[in-house]
Amino acid sequence: MTLRIYVPADASALSVGADLVADAIAAELAARRIEAQVIRTGSRGLFWLEPMVEVATLTGRIAYGPVDVADVPQLIPALLEGAPHKLKLGNPDAIPYLARQERLTFGRVGVIDPVSVDDYRAHGGFKGLEKALAMKPAEIVEEVVASGLRGRGGAGFPTGIKWRTVLGAQADQKYIVCNADEGDSGTFADRMLMEGDPMILIEGMTIAGLAVGATQGYIYIRSEYPHAFRTFGRAVEACRKAGLLGTRIAGSDRDFDITVRLGAGAYVCGEETSLLESLEGKRGLVRFKPPLPALKGLFGKPTVINNVLSLAAVPTILADGAKTYADFGMGRSRGTLPFQLAGNIKYGGLVEKAFGLTLGEAVHDFGGGTLSGRPLRAVQVGGPLGAYFPADYLDTPLDYEAFAQRRGMLGHGGIVVFDDTVDMAEQARFAFEFCAKESCGKCTPCRIGSTRGRETMERVIRGEHIADNLTLIEDLCRTMTDASLCALGGLTPYPVTSAIEHFPEDFDRPRAHRAAAE
Amino acid sequence: MTKHPARAWDQATARTIIDSHRAEPGALLPIFHALQDTFGYVDREALPLIAEALNISRAEVHGVMSFYHDFREEPAGRTVIKICRAEACQAVGCQGLVDHVEARHGIALGETTADGAVTVEEVFCLGNCALGPSAMVDGKPLGRMTREKLDHLIAAARTGRQ
Repeated sequence: MTLRIYVPADASALSVGADLVADAIAAELAARRIEAQVIRTGSRGLFWLEPMVEVATLTGRIAYGPVDVADVPQLIPALLEGAPHKLKLGNPDAIPYLARQERLTFGRVGVIDPVSVDDYRAHGGFKGLEKALAMKPAEIVEEVVASGLRGRGGAGFPTGIKWRTVLGAQADQKYIVCNADEGDSGTFADRMLMEGDPMILIEGMTIAGLAVGATQGYIYIRSEYPHAFRTFGRAVEACRKAGLLGTRIAGSDRDFDITVRLGAGAYVCGEETSLLESLEGKRGLVRFKPPLPALKGLFGKPTVINNVLSLAAVPTILADGAKTYADFGMGRSRGTLPFQLAGNIKYGGLVEKAFGLTLGEAVHDFGGGTLSGRPLRAVQVGGPLGAYFPADYLDTPLDYEAFAQRRGMLGHGGIVVFDDTVDMAEQARFAFEFCAKESCGKCTPCRIGSTRGRETMERVIRGEHIADNLTLIEDLCRTMTDASLCALGGLTPYPVTSAIEHFPEDFDRPRAHRAAAE
Repeated sequence: MTKHPARAWDQATARTIIDSHRAEPGALLPIFHALQDTFGYVDREALPLIAEALNISRAEVHGVMSFYHDFREEPAGRTVIKICRAEACQAVGCQGLVDHVEARHGIALGETTADGAVTVEEVFCLGNCALGPSAMVDGKPLGRMTREKLDHLIAAARTGRQ
């Protein structure tokens, strides 16, 4: 058996030297005239262990990490003969961080060659598609409805209901649009999936096409993700070559193809209507709703627009059945949520688990607390528009409704940890700054409100008429909440007001050395 | 996104690029990307060519181009360093890196050094939020960024070493 060595090519793994390690391994093997295959995979999402190198053995894979280039010469004998090594982690699936997860969507990420159709199939891929090809469109839609899947992009709208609307619409052309404009800070699940198992998403989009009668799909990937863009493009090519995209897919009489588009650096294009405008070659201005994209979407045609994780959940739902999927989770949040641990955290990474784990379990049991070792002070969940929760909210379960009840949001499952050095007034100021920079400009509350909000928050920070200015902020936030066209302006008040509510002491103190506080 | 396109602006190449994309539905962004990949920026002279090819107004072409953060009207420095300023990186001190680059090297966000060697920009999230502070240098992601690493990167770019 040829020696098979796996090295991640995930952007996060690359950011800590995975390419250098892969090159060093290849060079070392060549120098020793050892025949081996170095396979570039995605990442399993245990980022503090990256670059994590694995070797296939007769008893399964063995992992080593984090591997530095300097470790490679000593690593080779370990990989070859199983010699003891200081970086040996053993069977990766047995590492508690991974063993405690429930990976339905991310099961293959870090395991397979992301652009190999054969590898994908050998690990259970295309089973959902095969089932879907034997079903009537309405049956597929009802299966997704029954699974309880809700949009993983943030809003949590039931995916199957959206599909039902598109199925019922009459048109000569319909589209499937995948929103891969994952712009929220603290989120990287979409990126990891596109780099580690892009075919699950291709399969999900294809099933969506079969379900609603769409023959063309578009995926809009943000330009900050060049690696995901390239890997996904290669996966699409591989699927086309294998007859799984294009005309008469998988030997059936159905057609479906995918066009891969690159965004151009605009956060607001993660909003679905603005993304559609961008795909049409326009400025990413938010559209008024109605009409819903389900009826008048891309190029004015009925369109399913879903997030990466929503579409990627579909192959599993079809393959294993709606009930199996729905049996995971709590309340109205069914299935699993791939959440992401980020910021000032010791063991940052991706954890896929059924809804219902508490925020504290995520941050402490998985994340190991802060990276700095200082006390945790705040956690922002749901991206730059998500609320800041104080430490005593760590008992909140990861569930859409539970977060809403505490005036927060789960969003795309990004969890960003801050230690006690954080200045919450500065975070509130930044929320306005971000909104001002990224506003599409179509509606006044967002366009003007964010700029005025930033100025007012700067006055608060300088200690000028604090009480009056906070009243002004409160008023401004109400206007933005009530009158903005989309979530960017409408939700910016979340981080601002939660910071003021939970951390009032930061809004009323002298800060002579603010610039030096970093 | 890619490392620096050696090609100087020329209209004939631009026309070929525009023509190869004009039939795509919603071709404008793909055209801007292709031009910028080739020339490193989108020359003003490209705008009327695009307007003509897509049968839209020049104002519209300009309006779309200026809406997106990615598209440049002039070439960037030979090395582009993007520093993430989003919350996850803030939580591990990205502002300190930005301040350091300005104080030590005299490069504020959005600026290019006078020798044309380095452009420093802000970016909001590279999806490397578990290994911040993050940066991207000519399309390469770099995690756990420090002041020292930035000093090395900038020095290397200025002396032409890579």
